[in-house]
Amino acid sequence: MEIIMSLVIGVCYACAVFLLLQKRLLQIVLGIALLGHATNLLIFVAAGLHGDSVPIIPQGSEILALTAVDPLPQALILTAIVIGLALFGFSLALAYRCVAVLGHDDIDQITHTDSLDDPVSISNNKDS
Amino acid sequence: MSVLLILPILLPLISASLGILTRQHVVAQRWVSLLGITTYLIIGFVLISQVLDQGYLTTQVGGWQAPYGITLIADLLAAIMILFTGLIGFSVLLYSLMSSKHKQGDFSPAFHPLVHFLLMGASGAFLTGDIFNLYVCFEIMLMSSFALMTLEGRAEQTEGAVKYVVLNLLSSAIFLAGLGLLYAKAGTLNMADISVISQQAVADDKAGPIRLAGLLFLVTFSVKAGMFPFFFWLPASYHTPSVPVSALFSGILTKVGVYALIRLHTLIMPGEVLGHKLLLILGVSTMLIGVFGAASQMHIRRILSFHIISQIGYIVVGLAIKTPLALASAIFFIGHNIIAKGNLFLVAGLASDSVGSEKLHKTGGMWKAWPQLGLIYLVSAFSLAGFPPLSGFVAKFSIVWATVESKLWWVMAAAIFTGLFTLYSMIKIWVEVFWKDHPDPNRDLTVGKDSKRLVPVSLLALITVFIGLAGGPLFDICLRAGEQLVDPTDYILAVLGKIK
Repeated sequence: MEIIMSLVIGVCYACAVFLLLQKRLLQIVLGIALLGHATNLLIFVAAGLHGDSVPIIPQGSEILALTAVDPLPQALILTAIVIGLALFGFSLALAYRCVAVLGHDDIDQITHTDSLDDPVSISNNKDS
Repeated sequence: MSVLLILPILLPLISASLGILTRQHVVAQRWVSLLGITTYLIIGFVLISQVLDQGYLTTQVGGWQAPYGITLIADLLAAIMILFTGLIGFSVLLYSLMSSKHKQGDFSPAFHPLVHFLLMGASGAFLTGDIFNLYVCFEIMLMSSFALMTLEGRAEQTEGAVKYVVLNLLSSAIFLAGLGLLYAKAGTLNMADISVISQQAVADDKAGPIRLAGLLFLVTFSVKAGMFPFFFWLPASYHTPSVPVSALFSGILTKVGVYALIRLHTLIMPGEVLGHKLLLILGVSTMLIGVFGAASQMHIRRILSFHIISQIGYIVVGLAIKTPLALASAIFFIGHNIIAKGNLFLVAGLASDSVGSEKLHKTGGMWKAWPQLGLIYLVSAFSLAGFPPLSGFVAKFSIVWATVESKLWWVMAAAIFTGLFTLYSMIKIWVEVFWKDHPDPNRDLTVGKDSKRLVPVSLLALITVFIGLAGGPLFDICLRAGEQLVDPTDYILAVLGKIK
């Protein structure tokens, strides 16, 4: 099971990196989302897929069953999913804003803040 | 159990929430914000005096014993960071409040709540003893910084934010992957507990998987700190938001990254788990690339942004040498840099507001128009360049002294060289903005003067002078902090109550 899951994670990471290397902003945003999912799966698998009972001490018993699942990775993943969702939402809004303000979402053309001579002439702010 | 440790996280949350509730009443929101940051600053002072007294303050949140619950812990480093975060936050908010004119970014109803959320994330990162919490606090801080950066929604802000957001999200994913691998190997998220386990793993020569997680953390924190070779998002984005936001970012964001690096190398993976030689080379490269980048720029805030990078290099070098003296000078440097660099951003904002541009070939004449501002600029700039008796002198001198003590001559040469080039850039801004005549002789530079804003700027300049003059006693505090960091045993004892 671990081997199959590892392969799945690997494919997820590969797809995410492929998307991140694309030219269009939307693909990059999707790449980030996929990267987050791959990482969540990584935590899930790395913490171990063994165990098949709930991590609650059975009635009448003093200790947890040895087959109990570790609940912590699931809590971590849950937190990470929530944060990931918020960040994904923001990235989508940013990509939308980028198209609205700049008129395109081509990464190769988003170089104004990097260039030496005229960093801020793209808009009508005080410097232009 | 100490409530004091929860306050720096809880209080900004309350201020931010009240700020959201009062968003339609500008005056009420400003008072809430000012009150919130003042209280935060006071808590910062109380916290550091308590920590100086007791060494460590710890709280197990919810009464769950470490390493199972979430630990909050303040050692001297954390307390110093909280205090300086409070100082720069206070000045920046004061700067945005004390304006005689209305400017869009500073007056967006979202500005104050977002600043407080950012403070909350930063304080959480400083105080937590749990590495997953560190991740969560990073995300809180990042989310607020994303929103602050794009607050006005101008084209270049969107462009800068794209780079900033994408790279930071990427590094967060790397952090999370490292966390997963570390948990798989160590079975714990408590930093003190991880420290014990990683030291044990090194002793048993089985540190491979932990080292892998550590390298992933190193990459993440380097991105957040703006360290070579992951710095390029910083100069591409830091000059785009409004001036108070730039100052806040330069004061807090990268310093949280450096703080995490310090924790990684002194607590989470102490000893030789991660190579210090590597860190030393990265630190020196960061210093040099920063000043060279700055020398090539002709835009005030972009020059300052590149200088953030070079200053980060000094701190990383201090961390890499890792003697108590070197760590102390790194901590001193962080404090000095938060104040001096933050102030330079604010002064640059005032000057460019008056002069109408941030590009050096379109500026000039500010010395005649506004000598007070020129004086404050000189204090901060000379402090950054390392002139006695200002704070930068003590900071740089102690770093150089630490390299001499460890006989790392090439690092010493690089540090001094970087200092010279810093001076070059500071003088470049001085000549272009203040000294030379304005290219447009008909322009009345006194119109744009915003004299009220001299208050927070002078406050920061005075703090710089004070840190420099009181360098001895303050450095002793940093030295104590450095000694705490060099040997994590006491830290582990304070969290776990025992050594396993």
